[in-house]
Amino acid sequence: MVSPLAAILLIFLVLPIILIVIVSFWRATEFSIIPAFEFDNYAFLFGSSVTYTVFFNTFKYALITWVCTLLTGFTVAYYLAFHIRSLTWQIALFLLCTIPFWTSNIIRMISWIPFLGRNGIANSTLMSWGAIDEPIEWLLFSDFAVILAFVHLYTLFMVVPIFNTMMRIDKSLIEAARDAGANGAQILWNVIIPLTKPGIMIGTIFVVTLVMGDFITVRFMSGSQSANVGRLISNDIALLQYPSASATAIVLLLTVLITIGILLRFVDIRKEL
Amino acid sequence: MEPRPRSFYILSAFFMLFILFLYGPTITIGILSFQGEGGGLTFPMRGVSLYWFYDLFEQQAVGDIWGSFRRSFVLGLMVMVVTVVVSVMGGLAFRRNFPGSDILFYLIITSLVIPSILISLGVGLLFSRSGLDVHWSTSGFGSQLTWTLPFGLLIMFAVFNRFDKSFEEAARDLGATPWQTLRHVVLPIIAPSLIGVALFGFTLSYDEFARTLLTSGSYNTLPLEIYGMTTNVTSPVLYALGTLTTVFSLVIIGVFLCVALIAGRRRARQGSDAGKGGI
Repeated sequence: MVSPLAAILLIFLVLPIILIVIVSFWRATEFSIIPAFEFDNYAFLFGSSVTYTVFFNTFKYALITWVCTLLTGFTVAYYLAFHIRSLTWQIALFLLCTIPFWTSNIIRMISWIPFLGRNGIANSTLMSWGAIDEPIEWLLFSDFAVILAFVHLYTLFMVVPIFNTMMRIDKSLIEAARDAGANGAQILWNVIIPLTKPGIMIGTIFVVTLVMGDFITVRFMSGSQSANVGRLISNDIALLQYPSASATAIVLLLTVLITIGILLRFVDIRKEL
Repeated sequence: MEPRPRSFYILSAFFMLFILFLYGPTITIGILSFQGEGGGLTFPMRGVSLYWFYDLFEQQAVGDIWGSFRRSFVLGLMVMVVTVVVSVMGGLAFRRNFPGSDILFYLIITSLVIPSILISLGVGLLFSRSGLDVHWSTSGFGSQLTWTLPFGLLIMFAVFNRFDKSFEEAARDLGATPWQTLRHVVLPIIAPSLIGVALFGFTLSYDEFARTLLTSGSYNTLPLEIYGMTTNVTSPVLYALGTLTTVFSLVIIGVFLCVALIAGRRRARQGSDAGKGGI
């Protein structure tokens, strides 16, 4: 029963990773890649100050996006789970949130252009209000635009698991807390948040890994002005520098797996499904 | 009903802002795709026309949108079928412990969290090193499965964790073979979730960009084609394409929801009358 699954994962996940590890020790010339076993790629990677800047950028994007998606996602899920009283409305509003998820990421990125551009809606509105005299340049093609796009693309990955765990909270626990004299904030902090932690963790895993592995949003929304590790890899690939792309990829993979490993200590995924 | 607290109204406003945030940009490019012939990428609208849609249907200088659409559609269907079948089989297998189940489970999680570009790079290297041609229907297909299967399996795990095993016991007690139990008891019960898995499989594949980047070979899929356009097309034809693909995605969700609805109705009609007091 599991053999097709195991076969697919073996061929398209395990073998490629092994190959990337092997190639990361190879040597690249301008024209070809040569099988070898040397640490040059890693030495170059760790010896370059660019690497540290780019890794720092990657973590920065991940952290800021995580905070924004968590706050937004939690609030939306909380509203749907505890303030909407009928199940039909809960499902309807929930579906309303998920629909944009099904359309293409690239299209959703493009759709920010008329908003954030030099002559975009945001700038012309602010100018007509007299809030600014000339267009703000940093709205599009900046770190701000990158993080805005991330939040736009990935908040749903927070809403779904958090909403899912909140819906399973026994409402009598909240009543008990209220009977015992807890106010709204106390109930939120001492009852709801602890019980929602698994959902928060699963959402965090999604958002953090998606942001850390991204290369297209950063490229598109920063106008090629900032870089994260994903872009470093894709640039190397574009230059056919597979060994150095592989070395960077392995370091990125280890970083992501370590991050996930730490997050998984807080939640037993198998139990939560 | 007790009166709504003040926080309800604040949160309602927040929720509406969130919906506006989600939909606003897409609706804006929807409107802008009807830009007049002389219009640009932002407001003001210079007239209303279908010019950019016509432009899209004419031979494009940049590539082959309709060919890539056809490829993406076929690939989406292939990925959908395999995702549903393999997820069900995997879900069934994971109901009991088997040797290596822990390793396989962690592989599934790894498959979900691994940066897409690594799959792209690795599968591309694997195919070129073993002398195979990368093609959207082989390497592209496989690398998309590494993204759709974990989703399908996680849904199946959740479904089977809530599955009442006494239905199967009853079937077995009545003398059903394992296959009959699966075909007539288990599959009908999990059918609604399978529609969800299918929807995930199709749309995740249809929109997948990063994992197909180095694995699709010389024939592009639609997301790759759109990506190509973003780098060299700066006219509202881009928005026209965006509007069309968004409408298409909505149609797909609609179709799946209708299938789910019809299946539900049929089941209700043909369902058992046990306990209803009829003869």
